[in-house]
Amino acid sequence: MDAIVVDRLTKTYKPVWPWEKPVTVLSDVSLSVTRGEIFGFLGHNGAGKTTTMKILLGLLRATSGRVELLGSPAENVAVRARLGYLPESPYFYDYLTAEEFLCFHGKLAGLNREAIQKRIPQLLERVSLTDARHRQLRKFSKGMLQRIGLAQALIHDPELVILDEPMSGLDPIGRKEVRDLILGLRDQGKTVFFSTHIISDVEMICDRVGILARGKMLALGRIEDLVDAHVARSVEVVCDGVVGDDLYVVKQLATRILQRGDRCLIILPGQDHLEKVLAVLRQAGGKLVSVIPHKDSLEEIFLAQTSREV
Amino acid sequence: MQLLMVVAGNTFRETIRDKILYNLVLFAVLLIGASVLLGTITIGEQARIVNDLGLAAINLVAVIIAIFVGIGLVTKEIERRTIYTILARPITRVQFVLGKYMGLGLIVMVNVTIMFGMFLGTIWLTGNVIHGSLFQAVELILVETLLVMAMALFFSTFSSSTLSATMTLGLYVIGHLTSDLRGIAEKSQSQLTEAALTALYYVCPNLEMLNVKGQAASGFLVEAGYQATATAYGLLYAGLLLTGACLVFQRRDF
Repeated sequence: MDAIVVDRLTKTYKPVWPWEKPVTVLSDVSLSVTRGEIFGFLGHNGAGKTTTMKILLGLLRATSGRVELLGSPAENVAVRARLGYLPESPYFYDYLTAEEFLCFHGKLAGLNREAIQKRIPQLLERVSLTDARHRQLRKFSKGMLQRIGLAQALIHDPELVILDEPMSGLDPIGRKEVRDLILGLRDQGKTVFFSTHIISDVEMICDRVGILARGKMLALGRIEDLVDAHVARSVEVVCDGVVGDDLYVVKQLATRILQRGDRCLIILPGQDHLEKVLAVLRQAGGKLVSVIPHKDSLEEIFLAQTSREV
Repeated sequence: MQLLMVVAGNTFRETIRDKILYNLVLFAVLLIGASVLLGTITIGEQARIVNDLGLAAINLVAVIIAIFVGIGLVTKEIERRTIYTILARPITRVQFVLGKYMGLGLIVMVNVTIMFGMFLGTIWLTGNVIHGSLFQAVELILVETLLVMAMALFFSTFSSSTLSATMTLGLYVIGHLTSDLRGIAEKSQSQLTEAALTALYYVCPNLEMLNVKGQAASGFLVEAGYQATATAYGLLYAGLLLTGACLVFQRRDF
């Protein structure tokens, strides 16, 4: 069963004045997030990631399309008791202390006093804010706010966690802590849907990824599948026992040939002429050492996909 | 109801921790103090002046709180984006709006009670009589404040803080001039003007109906029937504005 289903979601802002044009920020976006997986929602700033998340949470109304959370329509207020949310660059009630803030959200999530009192120390410990529990949020740094934001999202031990740019504003140690926390949630069987524009975060922890640009879903799937689906942009062939004269035909097809003694490194522009080159090398009596196709990384795929759209 | 109380409780705490409230209470104390001073230099009229100024001070402070805290109830949440994490909880937008209103309502009640207590103390200290009419006047001040709060909340669901403050103040002033509107309408030569002013008379709240300060200061009791009608009118009007605020808020995108 899917934790999130987004089906042909479109969001268009109507113009205020008749001479203005409507602005479509999401166009026919579809995706699904399986229960228990970490899904990375990747896109440039302004791609539509936050808009999608706001529609999931009922903060924005979609122009068309269908959204389901944990098997219920997103408009169903009760389903929100089973999910946690951290907004981008969160700003919270700064007059509250960390403990008061978590207590407030615990009550809103429907927890009783006993459960809240039990949960708060665990969460503060988990986000390394135990020492700051009596400090007002106005005295928190950006990283601390991000961490207390994560704690409020998890106060009621939700099944689904939606995080909008959870690593933004964090130093490398903080980012690692958040990554570990997300991985820990998956280990507990939770579903995590998080947006980011930092590709390394996605590559490290996500099971699946969706790439969004200018409101359109450009790619969707497992990272390995996305990378494998792309044809190798170059192939590196290493061969022993061939000399310059034997390589005449190969030179016409290769981007570059490097000869070091008996060993020869041939770089081909793609896989198109690989068989022909291998046949020539065999015919010349060469001994094949390795054939390595160089595929695009997720970053290169992301950049290629989004630059086509932007 | 439980979620509504959680929001109300938090609004109460937020306003309590806001220093502006203490300044307003101080302002009231100063005004009541001034009434005592003025009373001592005006022979024979001390009791009425103390009552007049005291009730006016309570009214003014309560309305200022209602307008300037009321307009921020929702707009501040939207501008500071604190609303995102709240509406992502299993709480309806109606519960949120009513919770905010209740929280501020509680603050106003606590403040008015404290100010009224100070006021009664002042009367007692100056050796004057505490009339029952003063309680009637304060009850209607409270109703008026609840109504003004509903106005502020209604306007703030669809406009900025500045615009909400302007519109609430405007409606508050018009609300105290509705009888004049009717008079002008009757004397008007133009049918269009008459129709417009009459419509305005019926649409705008008649806040003068809730103003019995003059009578109360002189110690004259207000008829129980009038008191009940005025209270019901004010609360009904506030209820209509709150319904409007909820309807607008439910349709908003954040």
